[in-house]
Amino acid sequence: MFTLIFTTIICLALSLAVDREKTYVGCRRGVMMFIKLLPSLLIVLALVSIFLYLVPERSLTALLGANSGFAGVVTAALAGTVALIPGFIAYPLAGIFIGRGVPPATVAVFITTLMMVGVMTLPIEIGYFGKKAAVMRNVLSFAGAFIIGVMMGIFL
Amino acid sequence: MKAKKLIKDYFWIMIFAVFVIGSSFLKYEPGMQVYTNFEQFFVEMISFLPLMFLLIGLFDVWVPKETIEKHVGHGSGLTGTFWVILLATLQAGPLYGAFPVAYILSKKGASPRNVFIYLGAFSCLKVPMLMFEIGFLGLKFSILRTLFSLPVFIIIGIIMEKYLGRDYMVRQPENIKKGGF
Repeated sequence: MFTLIFTTIICLALSLAVDREKTYVGCRRGVMMFIKLLPSLLIVLALVSIFLYLVPERSLTALLGANSGFAGVVTAALAGTVALIPGFIAYPLAGIFIGRGVPPATVAVFITTLMMVGVMTLPIEIGYFGKKAAVMRNVLSFAGAFIIGVMMGIFL
Repeated sequence: MKAKKLIKDYFWIMIFAVFVIGSSFLKYEPGMQVYTNFEQFFVEMISFLPLMFLLIGLFDVWVPKETIEKHVGHGSGLTGTFWVILLATLQAGPLYGAFPVAYILSKKGASPRNVFIYLGAFSCLKVPMLMFEIGFLGLKFSILRTLFSLPVFIIIGIIMEKYLGRDYMVRQPENIKKGGF
């Protein structure tokens, strides 16, 4: 938290010193992005709050926790594959999961499939890349997520 | 017009607010617990998200993406790889936002390998996202995940080029306006 405040102040001061106009545009852009994101972020927080009430910590841990083993990792990978959540929301969500005892490796797999694999957006991807390339890229990325997860499991 | 949009954007939030406030009046236990959860997450988020977005905004105006795109020309091998990764790290947004850029890269002569490395980097290496990740998941987690992801998507790029051939080109989709999505 302190690092963030510190970094922001330094960057802001540097930017102001070099170009006042650009700094203004940048800050405005950042604030606009935040305002645009706010409604969906609040909805997700509300949903997560309800979800975590309905699914008690014990069940979540059973589903994705350290003892869920490989099944937990696969569940996380599949959830990431079908979900369409922007990163701005995925990271807070992942943070909440880690806080509730989901292992970092499982969270890493979830984030990776979320970012790299997209079943919902496959039609768009096929439009650009063709069926063969799009399907192959998603399959490889799905497999890659597990490799990343295994490495995270070893080092964290 | 603006008020209408505001109501549309915040419609579910307002329903949630009514539910939570109603719960606290009626001493409805589940509703109150849901609010306790919500408050905890909200306070955590609101304490540093605005700062983060200031940084992202500044980042956006100071880093010129167009200059980088120029470097991904014909026959750029390893240097091309470096530039596409750099280009990808500076962007934000969902993966499908990267598809049009991949098309432009391919049209400018980037190899299939570099195009797919670009997509990989776009999905797991974006600097604005990394700030987010560090904020919520910690420095160690973020750095390790990035380090492990880098070789994985470079290998995916290499496999894709082998699989599709060197002459593979990303195309401009014609059917996207009409159908499907």
